[in-house]
Amino acid sequence: MSSSLGGNTHTGHDPADESAFARIQQSEQFQTLRRRHRAIVFPLTAIFLAWYFAYVLLADYAHGFMSQRISGNITVGLVMGLLQFASTFVITTIYVRYANKNLDPLAEEIRHDLEGDAR
Amino acid sequence: MSTLAADTVVGNAGVNLGIFLAFVAVTLVIVYRASRNNRTAADYYAAGRSFTGPQNGIAISGDYLSAASFLGIAGAIALNGYDGFLFSIGFLVAWLVALLLVAELLRNTGRFTMADVLSFRMRQRPVRTAAAITTLAVSFFYLVAQMAGAGGLVALLLGVESKAGQSLTIAVVGAVMIFYVLVGGMKGTTWVQIIKAALLISGAFIMTAWVLGKYGFNLSSLLGDAVAKGGPTGKALIEPGKQYGLTGTTKLDFVSLSLALVLGTAGLPHVLMRFYTVPTAKEARRSVVWAIWLIGIFYLFTLVLGYGAAALVGPEKIAAAPGKGNSAAPLLAYELGGTLLLGIIAAIAFATILAVVAGLTITASASFAHDVYANVIHAGEETAEGSEVRVARITAVIIGIISILGGILALGQNIAFLVALAFAVAASANLPTIIYSLYWRRFNTRGALWSMYGGLISAVTLIVFSPVVSGKAPAPGTTESLSMIKDTSVDFHWFPLDNPGIVSIPLAFLLGWLATVTSPDHNEAKYAEMEVRALSGVGAEKAVVH
Repeated sequence: MSSSLGGNTHTGHDPADESAFARIQQSEQFQTLRRRHRAIVFPLTAIFLAWYFAYVLLADYAHGFMSQRISGNITVGLVMGLLQFASTFVITTIYVRYANKNLDPLAEEIRHDLEGDAR
Repeated sequence: MSTLAADTVVGNAGVNLGIFLAFVAVTLVIVYRASRNNRTAADYYAAGRSFTGPQNGIAISGDYLSAASFLGIAGAIALNGYDGFLFSIGFLVAWLVALLLVAELLRNTGRFTMADVLSFRMRQRPVRTAAAITTLAVSFFYLVAQMAGAGGLVALLLGVESKAGQSLTIAVVGAVMIFYVLVGGMKGTTWVQIIKAALLISGAFIMTAWVLGKYGFNLSSLLGDAVAKGGPTGKALIEPGKQYGLTGTTKLDFVSLSLALVLGTAGLPHVLMRFYTVPTAKEARRSVVWAIWLIGIFYLFTLVLGYGAAALVGPEKIAAAPGKGNSAAPLLAYELGGTLLLGIIAAIAFATILAVVAGLTITASASFAHDVYANVIHAGEETAEGSEVRVARITAVIIGIISILGGILALGQNIAFLVALAFAVAASANLPTIIYSLYWRRFNTRGALWSMYGGLISAVTLIVFSPVVSGKAPAPGTTESLSMIKDTSVDFHWFPLDNPGIVSIPLAFLLGWLATVTSPDHNEAKYAEMEVRALSGVGAEKAVVH
């Protein structure tokens, strides 16, 4: 059940493994994976946090605006709250599609190269 | 029971109890059957990593949708309207932090606990100890909240008003939970959570459809009825600010709470541990996606249930019931479907508490056995795996007993406060270190220690000296303070906010940064290993094949 590269909870490591990791880390393939990962997760995080706090601050400090009725008893605040649900679902979907298409195949290649060697 | 107690019980105590016992019986059989493959530590802590993404996603929603979510949010919406809805939005949006930044990388680098990841490239002993302490602290607050909730629930549903009766209920809940964890390990616990999530979400769906059906599926007319039933203050139900809009301080408190909610989820150890029960990072991602959809849809149901309770039961009746806001959903069930539906919803609420405490207990016991016993006390030398699991089982019993006692002591305390406390501590003590560890090359041991201890100590200290512990004015018409300490003459609070997040979370980030840059310590080789493992899944723990 422990991996081919040694249990990660123990400090004693085969030095060959460690240099292998450093080599992979510097490889173009890995750098591409890292860039692609950061290019999606950081912007999406910034967007959802900004949108969430904009909403929180409006609900907290702009009662008049949020209490406006759109139709019947449906207020601006209620619609914006429901939009938080919608945006959460949309961001989830965007990320999963991107990860399946742009991250998983690369990670798979790297894993195959390294674990293929080690075994 | 006195006649008074018999009058306040809603529905038929026998039916409520019967349905709950049926749930316990069915889950006990399943837990027993699931236990047959519990041999290694990976089996006991991580269910052999053999659950699929969708199964784990359902279990995560079962773990996350605690009694505070179901009863608490529905009640908060019924009594405070829009401000209650804001809670559920924070609880949901928080999952994006887990999805985007944490889940997959954590699955790839760790084995059983949060500390596996945090100590990966640091000095093992101090960082593991710190991570185990924060794990135990967060789990303890969360556990006590759930246990106290169980006591409150029986007051409403079984007519058990006496302190002794409620304490006994807590002890029984605790004993059943200990059995689940001891016998079933993570696999059994996961199945309990899956069954509970299915029951909870279906129950909420039926009630939601029923309520909407009464209003011709017109949300606006449901809201209109809630407003009308609310009398002079009814209009405020659909506008923000009823609870948090009173003064500048309460508004700031709301910002603080929102911060703690959105950053707390991805720092909850019992949530993080669930990502180890699937075979790969991709399955961890799928589990979060399932969890987000289920949790999101469930919170949309609670919106309808909360306003439905306000419209059909009425805020006065809810506020007068034992358990106040927490009784909104059960009272609504009684209004809609009478004794039987109430019995079902009541049993689901109990099942909810049971499943959540089981998840918390296995997390806390795994952290003690794996982090403290195996890696700190035995300093990572090879201990027989059997002995680690034995320690975990013993710890589970001890934690179960402590949480029973804590729950009895916390009877009658505000459950939402204890849960918010757990979120604030998780967001302050755990999340900054998780983020730095995964994304900041320079981060080191001292940074991790300062951030974790700084976040934990500042969050707990600010809570102790906040109005939730002492110094709140009494509720109108009573002489007891709304703080934990009911005596109004005791007042040692100096921190003005209920929630410490707005101070303690930035402070923990700042301390982590400051301590890191002022120490030369840095392990570049381990960082390379961690980054490669985290992103590519090289060397990640595989599923156990039996």
